Amino acid sequence: MTEMNAVVPSVATKVSHIQSHKGFRRRKAVNWVMLALTGLITLLAVVPLFWIIGYVVAKGGQYINLDFFTQLPRPSGIPGGGVLHAIEGTLLLTFFAALIAIPIGLFAAFYAAYHPNTLLGTLLRFGTDVLSGIPSIVVGIFVYALVVKPSGHYSLLSGSIAMAMIMLPTIIRTTEEMIKLVPVNLREGALALGAPEWKTALQVTLPAALSGILTGFLLSLARATGETAPLLFTALGNDRFNLSRMISSGVSAGQSIFAIIGNILEQPVDSLPLTLYKYSQDPNIDRINQSWAVAFVLVILVLTINIVARVWVEARAARLRQ
Amino acid sequence: MQNVVAHQRKKLPIFARIESITKHGDRVWTGLNIGMSLVVVLLMLLVGILLWQDSASSRQAFGFSFLSPFTEAAWNPVENNFAAWPFIYGTFITSLVALIIAVPLSIGIAIFLSELCPPWLRTPLNLLVELLSAIPSVVYGLWGIFVFLPLVITPLGQFLGSTLGSVPLLGSLFSGPISASGSSRLAAGVILAIMILPTIAAVTRDVLLAIPSSQREASLALGATRWETISRVLLPYGISGILGAVILGLGRALGETMAVTMVIGNSIGASASLLKPGYTMSSVIANEFAEAVSPMHSQALIEVALILFLMTLILNIIARLLIWSVARKSTSAVRV
Amino acid sequence: METTLINNSFASNPAVNASSAVHSTPYTFPKEHDLATLPIKMEVKDLSIYYNKFKAVEGISLAFPANQITAIIGPSGCGKSTLLRSLNRMTELIPRAHVEGSVFLDGENLYAPGTDVVELRRRIGMVFQRPNPFPMSIYDNIAYGPRLYGVKKRGTLDEIVETSLKQAALWDEVKDKLNDSGMALSGGQQQRLCIARALAVEPDVVLMDEPAASLDPIATLKIEELMQRIKANYTIIIVTHNMQQAARVSSFTAFMMMNEQRAGTLVEFGETTSLFTNPKHKQTEDYVTGRFG
Repeated sequence: MTEMNAVVPSVATKVSHIQSHKGFRRRKAVNWVMLALTGLITLLAVVPLFWIIGYVVAKGGQYINLDFFTQLPRPSGIPGGGVLHAIEGTLLLTFFAALIAIPIGLFAAFYAAYHPNTLLGTLLRFGTDVLSGIPSIVVGIFVYALVVKPSGHYSLLSGSIAMAMIMLPTIIRTTEEMIKLVPVNLREGALALGAPEWKTALQVTLPAALSGILTGFLLSLARATGETAPLLFTALGNDRFNLSRMISSGVSAGQSIFAIIGNILEQPVDSLPLTLYKYSQDPNIDRINQSWAVAFVLVILVLTINIVARVWVEARAARLRQ
Repeated sequence: MQNVVAHQRKKLPIFARIESITKHGDRVWTGLNIGMSLVVVLLMLLVGILLWQDSASSRQAFGFSFLSPFTEAAWNPVENNFAAWPFIYGTFITSLVALIIAVPLSIGIAIFLSELCPPWLRTPLNLLVELLSAIPSVVYGLWGIFVFLPLVITPLGQFLGSTLGSVPLLGSLFSGPISASGSSRLAAGVILAIMILPTIAAVTRDVLLAIPSSQREASLALGATRWETISRVLLPYGISGILGAVILGLGRALGETMAVTMVIGNSIGASASLLKPGYTMSSVIANEFAEAVSPMHSQALIEVALILFLMTLILNIIARLLIWSVARKSTSAVRV
Repeated sequence: METTLINNSFASNPAVNASSAVHSTPYTFPKEHDLATLPIKMEVKDLSIYYNKFKAVEGISLAFPANQITAIIGPSGCGKSTLLRSLNRMTELIPRAHVEGSVFLDGENLYAPGTDVVELRRRIGMVFQRPNPFPMSIYDNIAYGPRLYGVKKRGTLDEIVETSLKQAALWDEVKDKLNDSGMALSGGQQQRLCIARALAVEPDVVLMDEPAASLDPIATLKIEELMQRIKANYTIIIVTHNMQQAARVSSFTAFMMMNEQRAGTLVEFGETTSLFTNPKHKQTEDYVTGRFG
């Protein structure tokens, strides 16, 4: 049967309206032009990324040295010095922000995952969406009104609260998603054995979802570390912040560790982004150069966290697919 | 068995404590879950309440003239007279510029990432686009001031001023000249465009990916080209989700502070031109709040924050509803 | 040894199988054709399809007579849908799938370099397993294809929409609500809408990938009736896992099965009547008598 190839003309009983050759070349040309355009646009979109990273690394890298990380700033106009105070401030702010945001986020996420259709569950989801949409400058004003104004002074604590508010929505959302991904039968198996709900959550669900949750923490941390606006009226900035002197004088005065921490929490602090912002407005060229160095540190920090977190996610997903 | 009991009896205090925790464990657990959820909900309410309270005297003193474009009063801290229109206008016009630039580009990127990109290229490209949104706002600002503005915005502003500046109607938006530093509403708009591009692109990509592949097949099997399939089937199918993505991006543009503050020039000015320095709602707060001496000045700034909050709140609600409606449509695509 | 004996006894008595196959359906088989004298519309030569390195379909050669309904049957996973999709190059949508061999439409190789998929897919329409109307009005669903080809006049479009819907036996049900969404129709109506949409671009061949798999028996019957009605104008190739359906609607049947390497191969091809009543291969016989799959 393969040898006969008799060709049948299309049945011509109906009137043909379709002339597929008509405008065919134009259609194909439009197709190619538009598809090529989307590729070109994508290429164009990554230009600013490489431009910024490249410039920041090239320019900021020049002003990176050991002093930059270990010295406190000198008065404007005197070259040298470093941004140790801002590094310490960023670490402290991030640490206390995580300390506030992670427990709240974790418990709220468990509630959101297991009670999505209750009134509180709906309100919680709405609240999370609202919080994630609030401009960071508004968060700053809010924490000013909530903490700074009543207490009468700017402080590390208020800055941490503001940063925690920035982190909270991401933590709740990713944690909730990860908890939902844990197979139901894992949880039901534990509950059926008579394990209490809290033990099941902490010993079964949480470990199963852990790497996803950590990724969420990391990404929210990266975002919060780069934030400036919420700190403008909370942590304010403080280029005389000296952590080691505060600790040593506290210790020598015989204060308890809680008193020392409390004292530190009361201080206004600087952070890397705040320092960058202030130095970039400074007429002194040394300060501007140092702001590039701060940008270098920030960009490397944020990009590293992001890449690690995403490669981790990707690797896990690849393992799950196998 | 006996041994175990004896062993447990010896450690009675600790064991009893664990026992009592276990007994009440679920109650404590549920309590913490509900408690922390309430914290989040209360936080949301508190934002609205505190901003509302703390702007009371400003709201009473200026009423709706605070928002009106036709109000005579200007923003004048010395005379304690405040009207926010110049900032509302600045926010509006910079966000508009950002959207005009970012929306077509983002949709193009999303199409490339979801429809055309070879699989091996997809992961790295997704990563790059997302890194674009990870760069801190201050870094955009710094790069903007010293690199992007003098190299791109100033020449672009001069070009726009000389070509469009004399067009009737549109000309007032482009009346120059632009300053040598490039600080202008145009600069803020372009930087904002770069910053919101990843948000819009990523959500649009997800919307396109959520469209069932049977839609693509149906169109291609009829002899449609790829582009015809994208433009006539996929984009209309996902239109409400894409609109949601755009509104989400707009929300980000409205609230973006640091980069804008650093490149917009921070001046109220009389000119509405894009080529002139301006102020946005967020940048005026960032710039003046710490130095606001009179209570009325800080109240007026808190009122600006309140307006900003309400605007982003409404936009977010609309955006989520739109994106949600696409998710719903794609699951009920076939009614058997 | 014992099993072979039993099988052989079955094979030597085709009348048993034939009667069981015939009696399971109230339909009579179409009038017998002589395959060798029929004009051929499409032809597959030595076709193999790979997903990545896995061979999904191996060495298929087969010809589809013009203006007839040909069914492709076989157990699930035997590559019948993959084969069907390769006939209008829809396999290209699957990343890392590739095709070796040739497929001829009116003597032209679809896989020859320079062949345009867009044009060939216009000539070879396709109906999918699950109805997939666009989320637009019934009218716009049908007009979608013609508009691509530059038909703009409202009158012409109206005419195409009406003819297509009539061919798909849907006109009477929807003529008063052409502006309603295609999504609002029932599953069976949606599938006939999809058939009408495929017919609107005036294809020569219509590929149907288990078009009734998601439908109830009454909707299935409507689809089968309409296939019979339109076959004078189109060459129809239908993939089905439902043997009764193949027996009811088709004049020719191809039976496919997986070989040891899990690649789909063609076991037997012939007139539906003889394939069901007098299979030449034991595997075919096992399958059509329901002892396999």
